[in-house]
Amino acid sequence: MKEWWKSGAPWIWLNGGAVTISMIMVFGLLLLILVRGFGNFWPHGIFETTYMEPGADAPVRVIGELRRSETLTGEAMRSAGVDIPEDQVLVERHLVKMGNRDVTGRDFGYFIDDFMDEWRYPEDITVLERREWGDFLGTPLRLLENDVTVAVGDSLWPEFQQRLERSNDLFDEIRRIERGAIGNVNFRIERVRLDERRAELRGTTTPELEAQFAQRRADLEAEYRVLEERLNRLYDDAARDSLVLRVADGQEVTVRLADIVKAWQPNNMSIPAKVGFYVSDFFGFIFGYPREANTEGGIFPAIFGTVVMVLVMSIIVTPFGVLAAIYLREYAKQGALLKTIRISVYNLAGVPSIVFGVFGLGFFVYFVGGQIDQAFYPEALPAPTFGTPGLFWASLTLALLTLPVVIVSTEEGLARIPSTIREGSLALGATKGETLWKVVVPLATPAMMTGLILAIARAAGEVAPLMLVGVVKLAPTLPIDGNFPFIHLERKIMHMGFHIYDVGFQSPHAEAAEQLVYATALILVLLIVVLNLTAITIRNHLREKYRAEGD
Amino acid sequence: MSATTREEPLSSGSLLPAADDRRKLRKKRAFRDAFSRYGVGSSGIGVIIALALIFVYLFYETFPLLKPVSVELETEFSVPGDADRAPTLHLTLDRYEEIGARFSESGVITFFEAGTGALRSRLQIPVPEGERITTFGSGESRRSLFVYGFSDGSVLPLKVDYTQSFIDGVRQIEPKLSFPLGEEPTVLGDGAIEIYSALAIVEGRGGYVVAGGTEDGDLVMALFSTRTNLMTGAVQKQREDFSLPSIGRPVRQVLVNESLRNLFVVDDRGRLFNFDIVDRNNPTLIEEVDLVGTDARVTAAEFLVGSRSLIVGGSDGSVRQWFLVRNEETGKSHMTFVRGFQNHAGAVTTIEPEYLRKGFMTGDDQGNVGLHYATSNVTLKMQPVAESPIVRIAMGPNNGRALVKSEDLGAMQVLAIDNPHPQTSISALWGKVWYEGRAEPQFIWQSSSADDAFEAKFSIVPLSIGTLKAALFAMLLAMPLAIMGAIYTAYFMAPAIRKVVKPSIELMEALPTVILGFLAGIWLAPYVENNLPILVTGVILFPLLILVAAFAWSRLPQAIRSWVPSGWEAALLVPVVIGTGWLVVTSSPWIEIWFFDGSMRQWFTDVGIPYDQRNALIVGMAMGFAVIPTIFSIAEDAVFNVPRHLTNGSLALGATPWQTVTGVVLLTASPGIFSAIMIGFGRAVGETMIVLMASGNSPVVNFNLFEGMRTLAANIAVELPETAVGSTHFRVLFLSALVLLMFTFVLNTAAEIVRQRLRKRYASL
Repeated sequence: MKEWWKSGAPWIWLNGGAVTISMIMVFGLLLLILVRGFGNFWPHGIFETTYMEPGADAPVRVIGELRRSETLTGEAMRSAGVDIPEDQVLVERHLVKMGNRDVTGRDFGYFIDDFMDEWRYPEDITVLERREWGDFLGTPLRLLENDVTVAVGDSLWPEFQQRLERSNDLFDEIRRIERGAIGNVNFRIERVRLDERRAELRGTTTPELEAQFAQRRADLEAEYRVLEERLNRLYDDAARDSLVLRVADGQEVTVRLADIVKAWQPNNMSIPAKVGFYVSDFFGFIFGYPREANTEGGIFPAIFGTVVMVLVMSIIVTPFGVLAAIYLREYAKQGALLKTIRISVYNLAGVPSIVFGVFGLGFFVYFVGGQIDQAFYPEALPAPTFGTPGLFWASLTLALLTLPVVIVSTEEGLARIPSTIREGSLALGATKGETLWKVVVPLATPAMMTGLILAIARAAGEVAPLMLVGVVKLAPTLPIDGNFPFIHLERKIMHMGFHIYDVGFQSPHAEAAEQLVYATALILVLLIVVLNLTAITIRNHLREKYRAEGD
Repeated sequence: MSATTREEPLSSGSLLPAADDRRKLRKKRAFRDAFSRYGVGSSGIGVIIALALIFVYLFYETFPLLKPVSVELETEFSVPGDADRAPTLHLTLDRYEEIGARFSESGVITFFEAGTGALRSRLQIPVPEGERITTFGSGESRRSLFVYGFSDGSVLPLKVDYTQSFIDGVRQIEPKLSFPLGEEPTVLGDGAIEIYSALAIVEGRGGYVVAGGTEDGDLVMALFSTRTNLMTGAVQKQREDFSLPSIGRPVRQVLVNESLRNLFVVDDRGRLFNFDIVDRNNPTLIEEVDLVGTDARVTAAEFLVGSRSLIVGGSDGSVRQWFLVRNEETGKSHMTFVRGFQNHAGAVTTIEPEYLRKGFMTGDDQGNVGLHYATSNVTLKMQPVAESPIVRIAMGPNNGRALVKSEDLGAMQVLAIDNPHPQTSISALWGKVWYEGRAEPQFIWQSSSADDAFEAKFSIVPLSIGTLKAALFAMLLAMPLAIMGAIYTAYFMAPAIRKVVKPSIELMEALPTVILGFLAGIWLAPYVENNLPILVTGVILFPLLILVAAFAWSRLPQAIRSWVPSGWEAALLVPVVIGTGWLVVTSSPWIEIWFFDGSMRQWFTDVGIPYDQRNALIVGMAMGFAVIPTIFSIAEDAVFNVPRHLTNGSLALGATPWQTVTGVVLLTASPGIFSAIMIGFGRAVGETMIVLMASGNSPVVNFNLFEGMRTLAANIAVELPETAVGSTHFRVLFLSALVLLMFTFVLNTAAEIVRQRLRKRYASL
């Protein structure tokens, strides 16, 4: 033993243990996100049971989905005010999602295992995903059309499915009109207002012009009225059907089909059906719009916002980063001053991102944006156009933040190119510029790509500076749409990282939103892991290649 | 001519383009070359300048905090419309600092252009027939509330309002008088008092209070309350009169605070009588305090905005701040001397508080004017403006202008003041400050509140302590794991696993911190709270069981051990670590039952350890996780690049592998490891999202493991979107961003220099 201790082997093992712990932490974390994120879409079984706390008059019927279980000590539960028998040491409790927030006012609850009856899984329990108030759990009784029963019993479910499809089609139509057509009309009405104001500011208002504005406005308003009428008809149509269900406490509740997004009977689904449901749910999440203060529905605007912001950032950061790197490596006079500059630039990569956010807000948004507004958008003042956080400033701030990454990577790539290649080109009479652009830079493109991908990965995961310069909880419009000029750089955007922060920590229904946040986190992690792995692969591949060429 | 002919035969036989074309081509190439040179050069320099701009801009935004205060004489004119030459009782400025008003003893209020002295209008207050004004009192400047006392013993409270209208887009302001408590003069108490020596009026919660005192020391007070009936909407006016015990000395000043809890009386010796008037029918004298010492008298006393602090000026030129401090034991509040300001050369004659900040101006009998700020305990300016004693000063609501009236016959001076950020002296930012109503000087960050008269508390200390605390706990977890892991990975690990391990840990670095923060706040924090014993058992069991497993492995027969080549220890430990983890988690409730009476959380409360669910420990764990890859990656490089001949030499001389590590590898690589720690620390200091989501964000000043904190970075993220651009708060947040920038920049530069030295040394070895 003593000898073993003296040999130093225990220390080696302890060091090895540190690696093992780190690795298990990394993979455990990824696993946790994977399981919780992907688990979100699986149609879990719904159980039914009765629950009787000691001292309660009558047992309560509980219908719900098991979220998680945990084991606590009896003492902890007793001090929390639950009546646990004195001799019981351990208590298992379950967090159950019961839905029906509007009916009972309580959609999640903890239940002690000991007070629960046996769990049953009745096949006809239905889950309704609603547009408001979260999920609804109950047993369907009858289907109504204008308050007249049209289906009960066995024919209910197929008939309901059919009518739900109709109501969803109507809803899609409504959405299309509201988002597309009405949004477009509003946009053009605003245009007219701005044109009018601009003419006023320039003093070029003439009676003809004014009449023209009035005409344009009247046309648009007429257009709006037509749309509105169509909408109202659609809304009336959609309100035709409703479904009556019995909830856990025996109450009968009527739910309008227009409020239902989708319905399923998880206890009655086969495995392939569940898989099919899973896949459609997953796509619904990625391509859907958020509802209920972001706690339900999809995250499409957040994904879209993240991607557009990162793209705009790439367009800014690539040329500047590459040019700066080429300057530092190829043109600048190497010396103490350049060394200092290089270290400073590299070190900016380690400066807290929030500092860039502060700079972006102060300099870009308030200073530059304010100037732009005064010069180009005086008609919109005092409402700021560029003088407020928005897509462009977010991208520009992140471009500044990721510049060092691109510079470092490109410089590394340039340095790796064997001097023989460079000298060969020069010896053949090429100018320095020609050598650079026709020989060196093409060879270094993969390094630039690596830098760009790393920059994108960093930008996609960055949240702190974005909170200051352009990301919001809920953006009413996407930054790219069908209205001229199609790309709206001044608009505020949604972002996946901020979505996680906002929904996880600022939302009124934290428990209901938790799974959605895990799913969002999963998408973000997948995106970033894939980007990083690509960058690492390219880098390794390049190293091998040049090592071979250099030899 | 000759050139072309000579070349002609050459070109006919060659494939080269014609000389002209060649010259053109050469020109084009030279141009392109130059274009590339200057194009790349200018954009490269442009990028560097853009990055340097970050420093410049942050400095530029924080610089105004340091700008010295300026007080300059803007203009001087003879007192406008002063036909009666009556002495000045009071001066005010309107909210645009354009219209001044002079209240004179004849009952005339003269309004004039503050910039030029041109007369605007004169209003006469209704003085009762055959009587004259004997006393005058004013409320807080922002309420613009005044009270006149007449020689028949009646008093008249009134208000000066300014109505604003736009005629052709030009702002027109007209002053007008209003009488909140009735247009008729009224008598306080039973009417026994004829001449008041001091009057006070205050608008507080529950109504108006008018109080007065006499040369004999008698005191009266009346409360005018209005109650709106919720059902009928009718306004019910109520009036109650109260009498207070006589102080037996001539009353020089009466002051009532806005909360209507205390009434202060100052007598001719400079003693303050503090009456508790919460129970209005039974006012009690709490204490008598000597405000300026026995050799001097009180010559001026005024509340700061919010009426919590009393500024006292003495005949000896002293300027002191007093406020009520609650004695924790007795529960009573006592008037306490808090701080003094720079002394005036002569007796202080007048004190004028600012409208919305805790600053004030003072004037003395030598003609000097002083500008002070209470919270930061500074005298910003002290300068002579007149030859004769200052009578009154009026400060504009925006602190941009002041009117000064001295005894010097008809002259009035207008001062232009530039004093945007008096709150931020070095001592106010970094030292303990005794804030209004607090029991003692403290470090507090509390930047805003709904209350107008709020005293902003800008102490950077809680935020700096919070930042260090978070970073420290993160390093506590990350340092051992990352450095030990780096040593093992670089020196012992088999290359096959190293190829997997290194990128995996580096991948961690790319994980968005918002996800780590989310998991820490939503999953880890409640989990740890419910399973507190895992903290103790984890720290003990992980190393212990790894050692036990290692020992057991060394006792296995050689035949089995040789299956696994050296360098695979980490892989062998995977089941051990997972098993230990499982043991730690499942044993948690049992340990609570055996050692902590069933609930460790409850035990914490019983023992008196404060516990927040989101605390420094959770932040430390999450942020530790975030900095492990940073430290690991750099430290691993440093260890891996130790020249092989050094270690081989050591091994050849008979040292064990571990002796080689401690004696050779660590010694050589220590600068690299040190720089890894510095860079990791820099990252932990600036991390925002994890702290924002997992720390609770309360700016406390302690290093308690189980309490939260607020860091500089998180504070910026929370508060910057909501501050007014250009305000002191805005600039202090920029200052904290600058502090973060400088700190991490210096840290990273130092680390980088260390690494470059190391690289050179490796190359030379």
